[in-house]
Amino acid sequence: MGILEVQNVNKRFGGLQALNNVNLDVAEGSVHALIGPNGAGKSTFLNCLIGKLKPDTGSVQFDGQPVLGKKPHEINQLGVARVFQTPEIFMDLTVFENVMIPCFAHRDGAFKINAFARVLRDKEIRQKAEDILEDMGMKEKMAAQSGSLSRGDKRRLEIAMCLVQEPKLLLLDEPTAGMARADTNNTIDLLNHIGETRKITKVIIEHDMHVVFSLATTISVLAQGAIIAEGLPEEIKGHPKVREAYLGEAEV
Amino acid sequence: MDAILLQILNGIDKGSAYALIALGLTLIFGTLGVVNFTHGALFMIGAFVAVTVGKVLDISKITIDPSRVDFLGNPAKIRTPYVTEWFGDFGLWLIEWSVLVSVVVAIPVMILIGIIMERGLIRHFYSRPHADQILVTFGLAIVLQNIIKAIFGANPIPQSAPDLLQGSVDFGVWVGMAENAVVYPLWRLVYFVFSMVLIGGVFAFLRFTTFGMVVRAGMADRETVGLLGINIDRRFTIMFGVAAAVAGLAGVMYTPISPPNYPMGMDFLVLSFVVVVVGGMGSLPGAVLAGFLLGIIESFASMPLIKDSIAAIGLPSIDQIIIYLVAVIVLLVRPRGLMGKAGMMEE
Amino acid sequence: MTLMRDRTLLIIFTLFVLAAPLIFAPTGAAYPDLLQRFAIYGIFAIGFNILFGLTGYLSFGHAAFLGVGSYSAVWMFKLLSMNILPALLLSVVMAGIFALLIGYISLRRSGIYFSILTLALAQMSYVLAYSVLTPLTNGETGLQLRLDDPRILDAAGPEGFLPSTNLFGLEMKEVFWNPTVFGYDLQFNWGYYVSAVMLILSFWISIRIFRSPFGLMLRAIKTNQTRLNYTGVNSRPYTLAAFVISGMFAGLAGGLLASMDPLAGAERMQWTVGGEVVLMVVLGGMGTLIGPVLGAIFIKYFENIFSKINEVVLQGWFSFLPDWLSNFLVTIVSPFVGRGWGLTLGALFMIVVIFLPGGLVDGARRIMRKITGADRRAAKARNE
Repeated sequence: MGILEVQNVNKRFGGLQALNNVNLDVAEGSVHALIGPNGAGKSTFLNCLIGKLKPDTGSVQFDGQPVLGKKPHEINQLGVARVFQTPEIFMDLTVFENVMIPCFAHRDGAFKINAFARVLRDKEIRQKAEDILEDMGMKEKMAAQSGSLSRGDKRRLEIAMCLVQEPKLLLLDEPTAGMARADTNNTIDLLNHIGETRKITKVIIEHDMHVVFSLATTISVLAQGAIIAEGLPEEIKGHPKVREAYLGEAEV
Repeated sequence: MDAILLQILNGIDKGSAYALIALGLTLIFGTLGVVNFTHGALFMIGAFVAVTVGKVLDISKITIDPSRVDFLGNPAKIRTPYVTEWFGDFGLWLIEWSVLVSVVVAIPVMILIGIIMERGLIRHFYSRPHADQILVTFGLAIVLQNIIKAIFGANPIPQSAPDLLQGSVDFGVWVGMAENAVVYPLWRLVYFVFSMVLIGGVFAFLRFTTFGMVVRAGMADRETVGLLGINIDRRFTIMFGVAAAVAGLAGVMYTPISPPNYPMGMDFLVLSFVVVVVGGMGSLPGAVLAGFLLGIIESFASMPLIKDSIAAIGLPSIDQIIIYLVAVIVLLVRPRGLMGKAGMMEE
Repeated sequence: MTLMRDRTLLIIFTLFVLAAPLIFAPTGAAYPDLLQRFAIYGIFAIGFNILFGLTGYLSFGHAAFLGVGSYSAVWMFKLLSMNILPALLLSVVMAGIFALLIGYISLRRSGIYFSILTLALAQMSYVLAYSVLTPLTNGETGLQLRLDDPRILDAAGPEGFLPSTNLFGLEMKEVFWNPTVFGYDLQFNWGYYVSAVMLILSFWISIRIFRSPFGLMLRAIKTNQTRLNYTGVNSRPYTLAAFVISGMFAGLAGGLLASMDPLAGAERMQWTVGGEVVLMVVLGGMGTLIGPVLGAIFIKYFENIFSKINEVVLQGWFSFLPDWLSNFLVTIVSPFVGRGWGLTLGALFMIVVIFLPGGLVDGARRIMRKITGADRRAAKARNE
């Protein structure tokens, strides 16, 4: 019984079978990587998980609760946080405010009118926000406008915003896409650091094999909408089907 | 039957104006992605081009004829418009058909205004948020409106249609009905035909010319067309001019129906937005269809029979708000509008 | 730090508003009628800013709530009492209900579609008030007080006179103090002070909302709604709440307008009136605390001053110049003043949108920075 169970998910766009009977079982506490060549259906799959797309058939259960048909904020309130391909943060707000918003959402739920409370008088939230920034090594940038941060720092901030909610599952959609090697390594270190201090299940969708093999405890390979292999990193490395899938891409 | 036909006819003249303005709005939105709050003002400027042409043609030489006296006993002044003095009968013809002269004049004038607007102002707002685009075009609309007010004053200025096209026609007889069953003002029929020709012209232009094809391709996928090495920006600028001309011509031809005054643009603007939204944002056929549809629905709602039956079930008369009601219902039931692309409005 | 600054701002604002009859005396704007308009449109703009300034949702429909407020207030004067308190209460409540309805429909869409929907709904409300709902609004004549109105709570007044609006006996029109200071004839009247207290209250509420978690969520909606949704926040009730709150402010403003002059007409609901509040907020500085009030005062003040300037006045101004130059200047300037105020306003608005998106407040800040050299110092600090 995993924390995230995907059963028989199918999704068709016109004549294209984007997802073909996908099954996935993510064990609690694992770092599960989903890899696959371009156009394999990774993004479609992710969008089905977080409520942006509705699959034609199949079921997705998170922590024993059905997820399909729920809105993004409802899924988040169940304990799923998401990191985007390009960092989605509140560019006009300060770093501190960026981190406080998920704190409020975590404590007060999806909607609460507290129009007469004062943000700055809320010691609990401030403390929590400061702690996470400390932990992520961003405390000195607290007052900066987040739009002015470097790309690596934006990613770091986005991860901080996810972690402060103490999610059960963290979805990472190509967290190092478009990054220079140094930034990529920093992000890997950061994610490993998170793994040491917090027991959060992670699902990573990734292109970069270096990242995958540095982080994952389990790997599933998606090709042409279907899972073609699943196992420990060592098993996947030498798997003939996987090589075929990737070589096939290389030829094209 | 004849009552229904009459209501349809009553609906199509307003419907034609809605369709023409909405067509231009959609062209601009589809090509440039800008919601143009100035579009109503362009319609109004078109109408005032007609007023200006009428005035220019009417500039007269005043001669004094001592052989006659006016009622005060002074020698009579005789006004002879210069055009008649210069061109004789042709001049008289020009004055008579000043609306058509205005159409000819309005095309280059409006295209020019449109291009200046796009180059001088709107171009700098592509990278700014939509709210800023709305604000700046809204501001420009206020400015244009007040310029017209400063020049022409606040009162409506009646314009007349050529004698030949004034009066009414017995439309019913044409379609085999009894005499005087459906009598319809001739100019409104002309307006309808004119707008059909104009709409047809725009569609043909987009469909059959290379220029139009590039523009359509650009509307669908701007980046790819840009990558092909085609200067799409310049074409979009010209399309802005075309859209301005369509709105302006709609205004020119509308002058005999309703005397132009400076706020007329704002009134039409709101309704045209409603039309665009009902038709489906970004869909040209949708804009035209919705324009006529809403014009006709509005006309039917004001039919005595329907008004009476609505009053009979205890509701207030809805003829003046029916368009808005339809728009709200369409938006709630089918957010993308009648013919809009899927996903266009669905957040 | 911020909280301290807010308190200082509130105190300065309060003093400024309370002393307005004195402060505005040298500008020729210190008569009760205009001062009341400053305060009332200030309230309208403060409310609008909570929606537009914080969430970025641009509504063109807020005139409808202003109108609803006015109609509600006048009905209260007709039926219940000339005391403005129940009237204002009903104005706020009715505008709130109305805003809930319109907001619920139009907030199903965002961005430009939202703007267009509010525009259409506002125009529909205008037509409803103008013709369809004549029994409630008295159509194009407008809703007025009549001698035979019931006014069940009020004692019968003198025969043949319309009673005047009051707050527990303090008549709105009454000038309670009329001193002469520095040669200026000052008029302190109840109507202005009632509006002023409401304005200060509105300003205080707006500060609290800006600094609250609720306000933080609204700002988050403006900068990145996607992230907010994936952060577990349902943004729609937040925007709807902001919409309703701003609608209630508009209702209060409408009720106050009717309290100062007890009649309500449909023209107050036209979408161009809603456009005017957009101008005020943008001109003053959207998303800032003080900007909307400044914008409202600015527009109402210059509307009043400019519309009084005609060619004769201009000729007086330029009379020291040679004739040809003075005539030339009069010709150039006159389209922009008098009835041409709309042209000036439109042009000014465009200039602000194009060159100064932060409005007057931002402009003042930039000038301050230039003067104090804060920029240079900050740059220096960065370099070190």
